[in-house]
Amino acid sequence: MAKNISFTIKYWKQNGPKDAGHFEQREMKNIPDDTSFLEMLDILNEELINDGKEPFVFDHDCREGICGMCSLYINGTPHGKTATGATTCQLYMRKFNDGDVITVEPWRSAAFPVIKDCMVDRSAFDKIQAAGGYVTVRTGQPQDANAILIPKQDADEAMDCATCIGCGACVAACKNGSAMLYVASKVSQFALLPQGRPEAAKRAKAMVAKMDELGFGNCTNTRACEAVCPKNESIANIARLNREFIKAKLAD
Amino acid sequence: MATIDSKIPEGLVSEKWTNYKAHQKLVNPKNKRKLDVIVVGTGLAGASAAASLGEMGFKVKNFCIQDSPRRAHSIAAQGGINAAKNYQNDGDSVYRLFYDTVKGGDYRAREANVYRLAEVSASIIDQCVAQGVPFAREYGGMLANRSFGGAQVSRTFYAKGQTGQQLLLGAYSALMCQVNAGTVELYTRYEMLDVVIIDGRARGIIARNLVTGAIERFAAHAVVIGTGGYGNAYFLSTNAMGCNCSAAMACYRKGAYFANPSYVQIHPTCIPVHGDKQSKLTLMSESLRNDGRIWVPKKLEDAKKLQEGKIQGKDIPEEDRDYYLERRYPAFGNLVPRDVASRAAKERCDKGFGVNNTGLAVFLDFSQAIKDFGRKEIEARYGNLFDMYEEITDESPYETPMMIYPAVHYTMGGIWVDYELQTSVKGLFAIGECNFSDHGANRLGASALMQGLADGYFVLPYTIQNYLSDQITVPRFSTDLPEFKAAEEAVKARIQKLFNIKGKRSVDSIHKELGRIMWDYVGMGRTAEGLKTGLAKMKELRKEFYANLFVPGSAEGVNVELEKAIRLEDFIIMGELIAHDALTRNESCGGHFREEYQTEEGEAKRDDENFFYVGCWEYQGDDTKEPVLHKEPLVYEAIKVQTRNYKN
Repeated sequence: MAKNISFTIKYWKQNGPKDAGHFEQREMKNIPDDTSFLEMLDILNEELINDGKEPFVFDHDCREGICGMCSLYINGTPHGKTATGATTCQLYMRKFNDGDVITVEPWRSAAFPVIKDCMVDRSAFDKIQAAGGYVTVRTGQPQDANAILIPKQDADEAMDCATCIGCGACVAACKNGSAMLYVASKVSQFALLPQGRPEAAKRAKAMVAKMDELGFGNCTNTRACEAVCPKNESIANIARLNREFIKAKLAD
Repeated sequence: MATIDSKIPEGLVSEKWTNYKAHQKLVNPKNKRKLDVIVVGTGLAGASAAASLGEMGFKVKNFCIQDSPRRAHSIAAQGGINAAKNYQNDGDSVYRLFYDTVKGGDYRAREANVYRLAEVSASIIDQCVAQGVPFAREYGGMLANRSFGGAQVSRTFYAKGQTGQQLLLGAYSALMCQVNAGTVELYTRYEMLDVVIIDGRARGIIARNLVTGAIERFAAHAVVIGTGGYGNAYFLSTNAMGCNCSAAMACYRKGAYFANPSYVQIHPTCIPVHGDKQSKLTLMSESLRNDGRIWVPKKLEDAKKLQEGKIQGKDIPEEDRDYYLERRYPAFGNLVPRDVASRAAKERCDKGFGVNNTGLAVFLDFSQAIKDFGRKEIEARYGNLFDMYEEITDESPYETPMMIYPAVHYTMGGIWVDYELQTSVKGLFAIGECNFSDHGANRLGASALMQGLADGYFVLPYTIQNYLSDQITVPRFSTDLPEFKAAEEAVKARIQKLFNIKGKRSVDSIHKELGRIMWDYVGMGRTAEGLKTGLAKMKELRKEFYANLFVPGSAEGVNVELEKAIRLEDFIIMGELIAHDALTRNESCGGHFREEYQTEEGEAKRDDENFFYVGCWEYQGDDTKEPVLHKEPLVYEAIKVQTRNYKN
C-alpha cells in the first residue's frame, strides 16, 4: 500500500545557455510514494502554475524508459539511483524518504548546452549519428532476410549494444564529458553484424572524429558512464570501438 | 454531397498494387531535385518516408517536436512486427495475413489497402535486416518468430521487447544517412500548427520553433504528415506525453476529411490506474499473452477478499480460477484480438470479479509457464517487461501474477486517405497511425509497425510521384505569398487568444477533465444516451477552457504550457469528433462497442446493411459547428464478409 511522504525539492532554473542559473526550492507535502518522480514534478508544476508562476522545464516524453528524452541529474547521479538501472521516468518516490532534500539539476556538459532549466540541447548526438551511424542501404528489395545467417549469440550481443536510448547520461556522468559509451554502442552493434562490416572502418573513424569535433572529452576509463547507463551498456564496447578505430587507422 | 473517390486500381485484389506501380507516373531523377517535400513527424512512417524520399532525390524537410527524430513514440512499441514470410512453415501467406488483418479489423478496413500492406510486409523485414536491425534469431542463425493476437500462425518478428525501438533506430539511421548526404533537412523541436493551402493544394506549413517561440513558414510542393494518433484525447493512455493530434486537426480544419474517429483501440494488457496524480499508463506487451494466462476468481467472495487485500492471487486454488478467455474462446484462447480481450476484462470487472483495490484489474499469470519452461527461459523472453512492471508496481511477476487492465493505446481512425495515401486536400498526404486506412475497426498486434514502415518505405515514395509528376514545372514557392502570411497571422492570433484568457486553471487540470469525460462516456462501452451526455459535457468544457485557462509566460522562448494549451484545444475538437462518429454508428464493430448492439453472448453485433462504410467527417469552418458526415462505401471483392468468430 502506498504511503505519503513530505520532502524538500531543490530544482535548477536557468533562462537560456547564457544565464548563470540558480536553484529554487519548495516543500512538497504528502506525496503518495507510488507516484513516479516525473509525476511528482507534475505536481510541483501544478502548484507553481496555481501560484501564477512559470513551471519548471524538463524534457520527458514516453515515461516508460525507452525514448531517452528524460534527463535529470538527481542528487548527484544521472537519472537518480535506481537498483535495476532505469531512466528518470522509471524512478518512483518510494525510493525516497520523509524529510529528504532532493536536488534536481540538468545534464552538465559542454556539448549539451542548457536551453531552459533542465532542458538541454543534445543535437550533438544526432550529428555523431549522421557522421556514420548507419549501414548504407537503399530502400527497395534487398535479398531475403534469411539469406544473411547470423549466429544467435552475435545477434543477441548486437541487440545489447543497440538498446542504447541516446539519453546522454554517460556524458553527464563523465568527468571528461566523453561520449565514448554512446559512440561505442552504435559502432559495436554494426561491427558485430555482417551487414555492418563493409563500412566498419569508415564508420569508426567518422563517428570518433565527429565526437572530437563537437567538444566531447576523452575517455580515461573511469567507468562512470557504465555505472549510470539505464540500459546497462558495457564499457567492453569502448574496447571494441578502440580496436575498430586502431584497425581502421592502421589501414590508412 | 461530396463524392468520395478512393482511387482503388482496377483488377484482382492481388494484382492492384502491381498494376498501379506499372502504370503510375514517375518523376525523373533530374526533376526530383526541383521538388520539395515536407514530412512532419519522425516516427516509423515519417522517418522512413523522409529517408526514402531523400534517397530518391527529392529535397525533404523533416520536422519533429522532440529534441531528436529518434524519440518519436514508435520507439515504445514492444512486441513485434508482422510479415507474411512463412519462415515457420506454418501455412502463412500474403493472403492469410491480409485475411487476418481484415477479419481482425471487423470488416471495416479498405480491402485493397490491406492487401497491399500484406504484400509489402515481407520486404520490410528484408529492408530492416539489411539496415542492421538485430532481430531475434534461432540457434541456426535464422530469424525467430512469435505469435500475436488474432492469428493462428507465428509471423511476428521481434527484437526482445523493444521491437519498435530497433525498427525506429533503423529508420532513424537511414534518415541520418540522408541528412549527412544533404537530401534531408532536419527541424527538431518544431511543431506544425497549420497547413498552407494555395489554389486548393497543400503548399507548406506554419510551425512554431519550440526553443525560440518564433512562428515560421515553410514551403514545399507536397506535405506529408505522419504525426501519430489521437489517444491522448483520453488524457490517460499508453501514448507518450507529447503525442497529440494538432497536426491532424490543422489538416482537418483546412478541409481534410477525418475518417472513423470512433475506432479507438483499448489495449487489454496495461498496468492498472493507481491514483489521480498519474500522468500516463504503461503497456505490457501483447507478446506476454503467448505464455501468460488471464484469469479472475470464479467466486465473488474471493474477488472481494482480493479487493480488500486480505488474500493474494496465489492463494486461490486452481479449481477456483476462471480463465475466462480460454473458456469463452477455445480456438484462440488468451490470444484473441485486443478489442475482444479488453471487453472480456471489462465484463468480468463490471460483474465484480476485479482483483485489485479499485476492482479494475485482472490477473496475467506466468506460474504455469515458469513451471513448464523454467524461470530462466521466461526471463529471456520477457525479462525487460517484468523489470519494468516491478519498477512501477513494486511487485515481481515471477512471484505473483501481474495485474492488468485495458487502456487507450492506438487509434485506427485518422485522416482520410485514398489508395495513394493522399487526403481529400490535393498535395496533402497522411501516413502511419495518423491515417485511417488499414486496420478497420480494430488493429491486430504487431501490425502498427508493419503499417508505419509499409507506408513510409514502400507505398508513399511511389504514390506521391503520381502527384508530383505534374508539379515539375511548378517553381519553388515563396513564403512571402499572402496565403502564408494569412496562415501565420492566424496562428499568432490563436496563441494570443490563449494568453488573453488569463483564467485560473492549468492546462492539465482541464485535460484531465476531458479525459474523464472521454473514458466514462466515449470509452469501452458506449450508449447513445451516454454519448449525448459526453458531448454536452465537452461543450461545457470548451466554455470552461476559454473562460478559465491560465497560460503562464510569454509566446517567446520555451513555453511548455503554451504547447500543451494548443494541443488541448485540438483534443477537445477531437473528443467531440470521436463522440459524434460513435453516436452516428449504430452498430458495434471492433474497438467501437455500442452496448445497445450486442449478441446474447455479449459479442459485438455489426450492421453491414447500414454501416458498411467509412465515416468521413468534414469540418464546417468553426470548432463549435457540427461536422458533416460523408460515406465511402466499402467494397469487398476477395473476402466474404462474415461474423467474426474466435471460438472455434
